[in-house]
Amino acid sequence: MSATGGAQAAAAAAESAPVDATSTRRGSGLGKEPTALSDFLARFDHKVIPYVLIAPFFVLFTVFGLYPLIYNGVVSFQDWNYAKNNGWMGFANYTRVFGDAGFWHALGNTFGIFLLSTVPQLLLALILASLLNRRLRAQNFFRVGILLPYVTPIVASTLIFAQVFGRDHGILNSFLGSLGVHTTIPTGTFAGIDWRNTAATSWTAIATMVNWKWIGYNALLYLSAMQSIPKDVYEAAALDGAGAWKQLWKITVPMIRPMVLFTVVLSTIGGLQLFTEPMLFEPNPVAATGGTHGQWQTIAQLIYNWGWKHGELSYAAAMSWIMFFIIVILAGFNAFITNRLGGGGKR
Amino acid sequence: MTQSVLDESKSAAQHAAAATASVPPLKRSKAAYLGRSPQDTPASPWNYVFLVVAILVSAFPIYWMFVISSGTDQTLAHIPPDVIPKSFANLSHNVQMVLGLTTEQVSGASSGRSFSAADFTNAFVNSILVTTIVTAGMLFFCSLAGFAFAKLRFKGRDPLMVIVLLTLTIPNQLGVVALYIVMSRLGWTEQLISVIVPALVSAFGVFYMRQFIQDSVPDELVESARVDGASTFRVYWNLVLPIVRPALGVLGLLTAVGTWNEFQWALITLGSGPHPTIGVALSRLASGSYVKYRIVIAGSLLATLPLILLLFVAGKQIVKGIMEGALKA
Repeated sequence: MSATGGAQAAAAAAESAPVDATSTRRGSGLGKEPTALSDFLARFDHKVIPYVLIAPFFVLFTVFGLYPLIYNGVVSFQDWNYAKNNGWMGFANYTRVFGDAGFWHALGNTFGIFLLSTVPQLLLALILASLLNRRLRAQNFFRVGILLPYVTPIVASTLIFAQVFGRDHGILNSFLGSLGVHTTIPTGTFAGIDWRNTAATSWTAIATMVNWKWIGYNALLYLSAMQSIPKDVYEAAALDGAGAWKQLWKITVPMIRPMVLFTVVLSTIGGLQLFTEPMLFEPNPVAATGGTHGQWQTIAQLIYNWGWKHGELSYAAAMSWIMFFIIVILAGFNAFITNRLGGGGKR
Repeated sequence: MTQSVLDESKSAAQHAAAATASVPPLKRSKAAYLGRSPQDTPASPWNYVFLVVAILVSAFPIYWMFVISSGTDQTLAHIPPDVIPKSFANLSHNVQMVLGLTTEQVSGASSGRSFSAADFTNAFVNSILVTTIVTAGMLFFCSLAGFAFAKLRFKGRDPLMVIVLLTLTIPNQLGVVALYIVMSRLGWTEQLISVIVPALVSAFGVFYMRQFIQDSVPDELVESARVDGASTFRVYWNLVLPIVRPALGVLGLLTAVGTWNEFQWALITLGSGPHPTIGVALSRLASGSYVKYRIVIAGSLLATLPLILLLFVAGKQIVKGIMEGALKA
């Protein structure tokens, strides 16, 4: 059994440990005096096994998380075509990205969709959380019900939203038509709006999907923070005669500021990497173009397009690296702003 | 204060008389909230109305999947659209089409139109396989590491835990190009193993299990088992695992939902290969020149149903997991 001494692999840990256990017990139980072997095993169990237990995380994270992130930087200075490396390129990929109108265009789309999805998402989540933060009948029904979007596969929900936002037979346009909204194009008139046609409308459609998906989830995060606010905070504040709305913004929200900060950072990281919704909003998803003139193409989609449609992995890697820094800076900036907003003018 | 109570009872009366939509949400009787925390305040009827609206909005797209996948090309062209599914036979036909169990005649073509029986069914099985293995791996590895961090003494434990926490903040989606190169070197691209192995353990899972084990497994119990000669792994297996079963359930559910729904990496590595997961299969169905949305949406519905079932059975656990995870993270 001592042969497993240096075992790093988790599988080895799983297999060897129970055997260690039996032999250790046999050693101390039968002999009553520690033999060299049982002594060794006991020491092994105390000194080495803890590292074996945590090894799977560190091994997998290093190989499939940290290393690719760093190696991504290396690849961005090379010339990869699909899985073949054609040597070093210096900063060529980066200068190309900065001069690439498509990149700036996609960056604009990404930010546009990000703003349209994050701000309403978090505000509505706060309101929904405060609606749930009451003495409620059927409390579990409501909490579970608002998670329906969270459990729905994004691919499935995007495909159905693509139908809802359809120009000719979408339910939304039919509804808008009944309200009197019509659009005239050279070839005729149709009810509602051609959602995929312009940047603003396609961003709105995609942001709607993102909002739908995450409002309930964020509401539960806020709710959990709200429920850990001490009750006497509200007793003290009652002297001012605060109503529900005022109570929410003057007491509850400042009290859950760390959680608001957390969700802002989380949705910044998630929102700027938006991929599935813009991909499947497209009538032909495999094209990965983000609309007839890229009006809703996001950075993540552009990276996919260059990397796996064109096979220019190095160019895609350079974009990823730039995006990484943008996300880190923006997440920090958003956290800072949220912190300031929460700190100023309160109490 | 008395004044405001009077004001509010007046406005409450007005509410009851003429509850109009123009009244902004949440601006309700202040009196009800005086001195009480929100949790002790009974929800007003409006509160329920808004919550029901939220549930309806949440459920609508899923309902709409039913409607679309219960249609034919003719009914789906209706203006205004039918809002109630008319025919179960159509639903059944569209589901059978996506599963490749039946064919349909295309006007002008000599043979019937069908999907390969293998594709979608295969993807479904693949997704079940991936989700099962990833969830099992997550539970095993995260609870082992969580146990080590919570209850064992070893050199460098605290700095290592800090490293685990720091990795939570890295958006490692952005290393995806290099990850793909790593996978192709290993020869794993287009294989299910490429979506399984990187997901077997996560920083969040380790952290979540560590917190739970720290709070719920008494040190004395571990010590006394040690004195009795139990090995580390035996302590984990016989003592820790039974106690942390609730946390395992929660982590397992969250992992299963996340794994079933993963798309981006699966598309990159499995996209052009013979082993798609369900998301990849759906995106293929929706691509190309011959796309029938009633069939694509029938597939979407099939992909969604297992998770709705899961939410129905274990919704309370999932809610608990999200709310607890939030407090711990």
